Amino acid sequence: MIKFFLMVNKQGQTRLSKYFEHVEIHKRTSLEADVIKSCLSRTKDECSFVEYKDFKLVYRQYAALFIVIGVDEAENELAVYELVHNFVEVLDKYFSRVHSCFSLHLERVGYNVQPGQSAHYFG
Amino acid sequence: MAPSSVKLQELIRVIRTAKTQAEERGMIQKECADIRSAFRDEDPAFRCRNVAKLLYMHMLGYPAHFGQMECLKLIASPRFTDKRVGYLGAMLLLDERHDASLLITNSIKNDLNHSSQYIQGLALCTLGCMGSPEMCRDLATEVERLLKASNSYIKKKAALAAVHIVRKVPELIELFIPATKRLLGEKNHGVLHGTVILITEMCERSPDTLRKYRKVVPELVQIMKGLIMSGYSPEHNVAGISDPFLQVRILCLLRILGHHDGDASEAMNDILAQVATNTDTSKNAGNAILYETVLTIMDIRSESGLRVLAVNILGRFLLNNDKNIRYIAMMSLLKMVQTDHNAVQRHRGTIVDCLKDTDASVKRKALDLSLALVNAHNVRSMMKELLPFLDNCPPELRSDCASGVFLAAEKFAPSKRWHIDTILRVLTTAGSFVRDETVPNLIVLITNASELYCYTVHKLYRAVLNDISQQPLVQVASWCIGEYGDLLLTGVCEDVEPMQVTEDEVLDVLETLLQSHMSSPATRAYALTALMKLSTRIRDNVDRIRKVVSIYGSCIDVELQQRAVEYNALFKKYDHMRSAVLERMPLMEKGSPNHNDQSALISNGEREGGGETQGGVKLQPPVASQTMDLLDLIGVPDASLPEALPQPLSQPLTGQTGIESSVGGELLDLLGGIDFGGIPSITAYNKNGLSLEFSFQREQGSLLTITLQARNSTASDMTEFIFQAAVPKTVQLQLQAPSGDVVPAMNRGSVSQSILINNPNRVALKMRLRLSYSVQGSSVQDVAEVSNFPAQAWQ
Repeated sequence: MIKFFLMVNKQGQTRLSKYFEHVEIHKRTSLEADVIKSCLSRTKDECSFVEYKDFKLVYRQYAALFIVIGVDEAENELAVYELVHNFVEVLDKYFSRVHSCFSLHLERVGYNVQPGQSAHYFG
Repeated sequence: MAPSSVKLQELIRVIRTAKTQAEERGMIQKECADIRSAFRDEDPAFRCRNVAKLLYMHMLGYPAHFGQMECLKLIASPRFTDKRVGYLGAMLLLDERHDASLLITNSIKNDLNHSSQYIQGLALCTLGCMGSPEMCRDLATEVERLLKASNSYIKKKAALAAVHIVRKVPELIELFIPATKRLLGEKNHGVLHGTVILITEMCERSPDTLRKYRKVVPELVQIMKGLIMSGYSPEHNVAGISDPFLQVRILCLLRILGHHDGDASEAMNDILAQVATNTDTSKNAGNAILYETVLTIMDIRSESGLRVLAVNILGRFLLNNDKNIRYIAMMSLLKMVQTDHNAVQRHRGTIVDCLKDTDASVKRKALDLSLALVNAHNVRSMMKELLPFLDNCPPELRSDCASGVFLAAEKFAPSKRWHIDTILRVLTTAGSFVRDETVPNLIVLITNASELYCYTVHKLYRAVLNDISQQPLVQVASWCIGEYGDLLLTGVCEDVEPMQVTEDEVLDVLETLLQSHMSSPATRAYALTALMKLSTRIRDNVDRIRKVVSIYGSCIDVELQQRAVEYNALFKKYDHMRSAVLERMPLMEKGSPNHNDQSALISNGEREGGGETQGGVKLQPPVASQTMDLLDLIGVPDASLPEALPQPLSQPLTGQTGIESSVGGELLDLLGGIDFGGIPSITAYNKNGLSLEFSFQREQGSLLTITLQARNSTASDMTEFIFQAAVPKTVQLQLQAPSGDVVPAMNRGSVSQSILINNPNRVALKMRLRLSYSVQGSSVQDVAEVSNFPAQAWQ
């Protein structure tokens, strides 16, 4: 199951976050900071799966933006990795210029995350 | 007058210009205040925009609960843009914990029947995201109806909402079963995907449903075939593969259906083989499908050919350049190593190569796998790889690696010498990461390898000359030098190039250890005792040792001071006993304490704070370390050298091997009445944390004094402890007054009582005990029989 979906920039600021399980709001910020720290400290030749507490992080970097998905043990990590790329391609098509642009159209991204996740991977 | 409100994009831009956290907070608070007043004014014009801004600020981590009611109002509005923001807000801000969530049930119900499919979609989405069990129950029938709608968009959304309903209210599973069977025939991948997820969820929650769905395995196989065989379909194409996400989902469902079921597994054998061989592996999508296939093959009752295929796929993954794939392969192999050990062994070479990988996660997995693959045949070659790895590995893996190496060495060591060598190697490289019990274990190992004393002591001496910072190594080395120093000094050794070592050099080394600031207090204690032992093994420099020992008699460290004082006494008053006392240690047993073992051996050389106790002995830990070392040397239960001990030992240890009785006899004069004699003590009773030890002393003729010690190892005291006993008819018994009636918790103290027995007919002694005590407010009574009295007690 996907636990959360984050888009973070290189400075550590959250651009988009969607939680599929309830997490207290003050815990969210610390969770995001922690997750971002572990992803940012990875070098280029390390794999994209990080074991963090009791779940796994699958992250992918696109220029200045990191997309991180937290999944539990039951997920196929390679498939989630593929999903991230698929999502970015969808956003690309929809907004025709990813990265900074779409974050301004947040509400539309929010709608995309929900049905996008649902259609491909809600589970 | 409607105040002009900032657009969302404008707000985002402004917030991004904030340079510090405080600045950002200021901006957000100002905006929140504006929004709050706008909400108060009940102005519908900008409500949608304000809520959107609020949601953005919520996402950044600021509280936004005051927007909840506004979301409800937006949902109730007829405009689509309002509804859209309202539902999004409901999904983000409301969850089943809030009572406000119930208020939208009615709105959702109305919107589920709306004419516009997009509004229906919104409602389904929201229900599927945050629906509480009550909402789910209310709206389940609506959702089920929509599952049969003609519109694919709606069907897809309804399937996903159903997934959530099934999660929240498993009793409603039955409701959705008929619809899903029909949905499997759909052409639309979105609907198919949703249906597969729904079926997966239902099967995971209810074994009955699982049985019912086994019948659809052929249909699923058909769908998979269609996906693999179909040509290029631009709608579903991802990296050249037709809808890999759906393929992965179906494989996952097949895994669940085939688990533990032979027929279902057979039906899917073909398709699994086909997927495994036909999938294009140049892109990640293909590898994802292959990975899922391997997982499925491993989990169902597949035929052996298929399993071999799966292991081979994993082997190929291991050689892949892509790190992600190597990581995945290692993880799966780790899962498989228990069941398919031989198959994984074939890939041992590649796995060991991965130890040199640069990625930390891959290294960790490789280490775990390598340790799991060590067996008696490959232990030497594996160690040759693992030991260099230990030198270079990141610190967080060192202790795991060290303990893994020890375990493997213990299980599979081909020879004692190899074993000792390996442990020494680990201690020199990763000494500070090993666990505490390594030192005693190693000492036991060394003692038991009597032919290797010379070799071992030479090697250790050399190691200590090089480096005295690794505490476990230094401790073992000083113990060995103390024990076997005479072998070191003779300079003769077959296996190792002998060094010419003089007595002075050895004493220098030990004194350096004593004085070095790098030595821990435990290490110093070891070194001092080693020095003392050497006093009997060397000829010329005994005075030097005497001087050192007397210096430490005024050391600040109480442990060292006590030892030094005791050793001083050995030099002065008991010099005639010194050589006997400081003899070589007897062979030791390593193992778990055995309560009824009557020939208890004392374990080990030095021990800090009561590690392994053997026999029925429970010594209070702080006393133990002070008394035990002297006991080790003497090998005799010793309650007092008068100046040394704070309290007498209450429990004698008996039956030491290799002890001269004269030593014991002379010491007895000092001991003053503590039981010591040929009769071993027994544990008469041990239940519920209360244990009773009997120790014996024969008086003249048929009289026997039994001293009973009652101890309590639970967390709370036992009060009102009363002990009663009965013996066979011809035996007379007299109970003396007990020392008290409270048995303190956690073995902090004991109650002792004397029992006088007269057994003139020398019948076999048996006793029936009756105990009563109170613990934690409830009273306990128990009756027990004791019949394991040693023969010397009554013969």
